[in-house]
Amino acid sequence: MSLSLDFVNNPLAGRFWGSATSAMTELSLHPPGAAGSKFPAPPPPEELPDKLCVQKISKIFDYQSQPLTVLQDVDLSLKSNEFVCLVGASGCGKSTLLNIVAGLTAPTSGRILVDQEEVTGPGSDRGMVFQAYSLFPWLTVAKNIEFGLKLQKLSKRERRERIAYYLEVVGLSRFANAFPKQLSGGMKQRAAIARALANEPEVLLMDEPFGALDAQTKEQLQLFMREMWERTHTTILMVTHDVEEAIFLSSRVAVMEAHPGRIKESVEIELPEHRELEMKSEVSFIQLKRRITTMLGHG
Amino acid sequence: MPLIGGGAPLLLWAIISYSGAFANAFFPTPVQILQAGAKLLSDGVLIGDILASSGRVLFGFLAAAIVSIPIGLLMGTFHTMEGLFSPVVGSVRYMPVAAFVPLVMIWFGYDEPAKVLIVFLGIVLYNTTMIVDAVRKIPNEILNAAYTLGVSRPILLFQVIFPAALPSILDTMRTNIAGAWNFLILAEVIAAKQGLGFRIIQSQRYVDTDKVLFCICVIGLIGLLTDYALRKLAIALTPWSEHS
Ligand SMILES: Nc1ncnc2c1ncn2[C@@H]1O[C@H](COP(=O)(O)OP(=O)(O)O)[C@@H](O)[C@H]1O
Ligand SMILES: [Mg+2]
Repeated sequence: MSLSLDFVNNPLAGRFWGSATSAMTELSLHPPGAAGSKFPAPPPPEELPDKLCVQKISKIFDYQSQPLTVLQDVDLSLKSNEFVCLVGASGCGKSTLLNIVAGLTAPTSGRILVDQEEVTGPGSDRGMVFQAYSLFPWLTVAKNIEFGLKLQKLSKRERRERIAYYLEVVGLSRFANAFPKQLSGGMKQRAAIARALANEPEVLLMDEPFGALDAQTKEQLQLFMREMWERTHTTILMVTHDVEEAIFLSSRVAVMEAHPGRIKESVEIELPEHRELEMKSEVSFIQLKRRITTMLGHG
Repeated sequence: MPLIGGGAPLLLWAIISYSGAFANAFFPTPVQILQAGAKLLSDGVLIGDILASSGRVLFGFLAAAIVSIPIGLLMGTFHTMEGLFSPVVGSVRYMPVAAFVPLVMIWFGYDEPAKVLIVFLGIVLYNTTMIVDAVRKIPNEILNAAYTLGVSRPILLFQVIFPAALPSILDTMRTNIAGAWNFLILAEVIAAKQGLGFRIIQSQRYVDTDKVLFCICVIGLIGLLTDYALRKLAIALTPWSEHS
């Protein structure tokens, strides 16, 4: 099979548009708030139902037998194809929130909806990339990617195609048979991203995926991640404490405040769709950065 | 470095034994020790002793592995399993196995099964607790990654927890085989007709210090070889892991 990096020409590309269309079909059958109407008007694109919806999530931990409210009534929603970055001071509850969305931690109250359906436990509809150490060290890069595909009971041929495709996407085709210990930190993260993407989740969650990398590798991966999103338009919720990274990558930055953790404000990033690293030094970028940094400082 | 580390004590031994400070019957020279070994070999008992002892260790060790690996994995993975087993594992672990030896002899007699059983009892609980620890030390990221890829509990146990803990399990085995030899000697000292431990006690009766020392050296040598073999096995089974 010929491997093309042009996503639209790829046989696997259909999914992203496929899921958007199916959401629309569903909508025209059961329009929210318009039940009974025979001819519901097709919704304008910005009124597509949310891909991911975090509703009034609270989390109270037991901290030295004292209740510690880490999250209080957090509301956040992501449209299909949106890339949202969540920034906030260290310890404000970003990871906790992401783990709740992933179903790895149970919230004290509140609900998580994916495509309007409540989810409770973890599932392959919400892929996740962690800061480090999440690749299975006993499997080669290709087998790591295949792990989730086998669980989804894909045929051998499908698995082979997806592995090859996503290895190509992250530029690791030559390392298909390498074990994680043979990879650099940046390569490991790319492999982990490929593994999560190959599962083709509805939402991709990332918790400081570049946090453990050196500055140069980090910028390379930011560029890679943005290009990847420009091609695939996967719905992404990514946690980072790096404001510059958040602005560069996302279509919207959600700013979190601490004690208790909640979303303070959402900032639309109105930069051109196609991003280059040079943009980081442009005036509009710096203004956004100052604005968000100020918000964080006054948290 | 290993040459110095191994050579220095040997040299010291040679100097003391040749100096005549002690009678050679109590403090034989290295050459005398080797001669005693040759004597044991030509008497036709050495090979039998080695095989008898190694066999007991092997069976006791394997039985302990077969029992402790699944129980340790289950206890480490499921809280309910831990609740089920930990009263036994937790309390019996602090009772010295040596104290159980007479009991084993009363219940199981003086034959092979009793000795294998002592080796088994000696290490099975350590194996189990060490494997439970190994499971607990699996990074959360690994388990969480598996969950977000869509695993079920059984798949998690067999395809994630087991391989993730395998390097530590193999390490545990390597550590505990030394313990297996300890308990074997204990069993043979009390009752046996053959075996390196039996030979040591037998030689002590006749103050054949050189034979005692030779048998101890043989055990040490077997230990080294086993350790080497298990290390090679670990590298072969888990080539993906960091091996020191
Ligand atoms: N399992 C837990 N038990 C008790 N407190 C926790 C637990 N997990 C996190 N916390 C606390 O919750 C707060 C938020 O943690 P976290 O979500 O990791 O923050 P962030 O990712 O924003 O740095 C911290 O104060 C942390 O100590
Ligand atoms: Mg965090």
